[in-house]
Amino acid sequence: MSEVMDYIEMKIPAKPEYIGVVRLTLSGISSRMGYTYEEIEDMKIAVSEASTNAVQHAYNKDEGGEVIVGFGIYEDKLEIVVADSGRSFNFLQTKSELGPYTESSTVEQLAEGGLGLFLIETLMDEVRILNHSGVTVFMVKNRSGERDNHDTTISTHETN
Amino acid sequence: MNITINKHQQDEGIVVLVGGEIDAFTAPKLREEILPLAEGENKSITINLKDVSYLDSTGLGVFVGLFKQLKQHDGELRLIELSDRLIKLFEITGLSNIIDISAHSEGGGR
Repeated sequence: MSEVMDYIEMKIPAKPEYIGVVRLTLSGISSRMGYTYEEIEDMKIAVSEASTNAVQHAYNKDEGGEVIVGFGIYEDKLEIVVADSGRSFNFLQTKSELGPYTESSTVEQLAEGGLGLFLIETLMDEVRILNHSGVTVFMVKNRSGERDNHDTTISTHETN
Repeated sequence: MNITINKHQQDEGIVVLVGGEIDAFTAPKLREEILPLAEGENKSITINLKDVSYLDSTGLGVFVGLFKQLKQHDGELRLIELSDRLIKLFEITGLSNIIDISAHSEGGGR
């Protein structure tokens, strides 16, 4: 298992107008990592669906609140966590609490969440859902194919 | 992060040109604008999606709602000029088998 290289977290008010802001952030991070256009578009839908669920969940409970979106950046994959609890959370701890992915738990969720969760499962490589005081959606997209090199390579020619 | 909705009455029915991003924020606006167009018998609505840069389940929900309302009153719905991304979304959700869609590359309107 590779170690998380960098972690970015954002917190938005649980309001639909900020879901587009989450998409923009995701676009920036994933294009920086060298994902293809198709992969970025897939992730944009998945992160929006999870954020929409979180916003609606917060709305239904009529307590306003915030949605936390975490991006775990790895060499070869991006882990995205969307949580609708107002509290900040420990990314690594939340990840360990999720446990192994089981077919049954997510199918159950599918019935409740409808098309949104179906799309998340279809478009991402790995999806886990944790039900606690709120709902946490944990998803992974592997980076496949050729990497677009966004780094500036500086060749050094040392001539001693 | 916004949506544009332009409606035109043409001989074959109402044509709606939608542009921008359709998500949880803009989908309610779209629903508000286009659902009343489906009121009455034998309505024909064509929605041109060539300028839609983003669509998710909230937008699909609006089209499903519109489709159901039109069908109940012998109307018809056509979605035209979909990008490859939108076609993919309709295909994986199975909606391409239910709603009449056509791709951007086909020139639309078939």
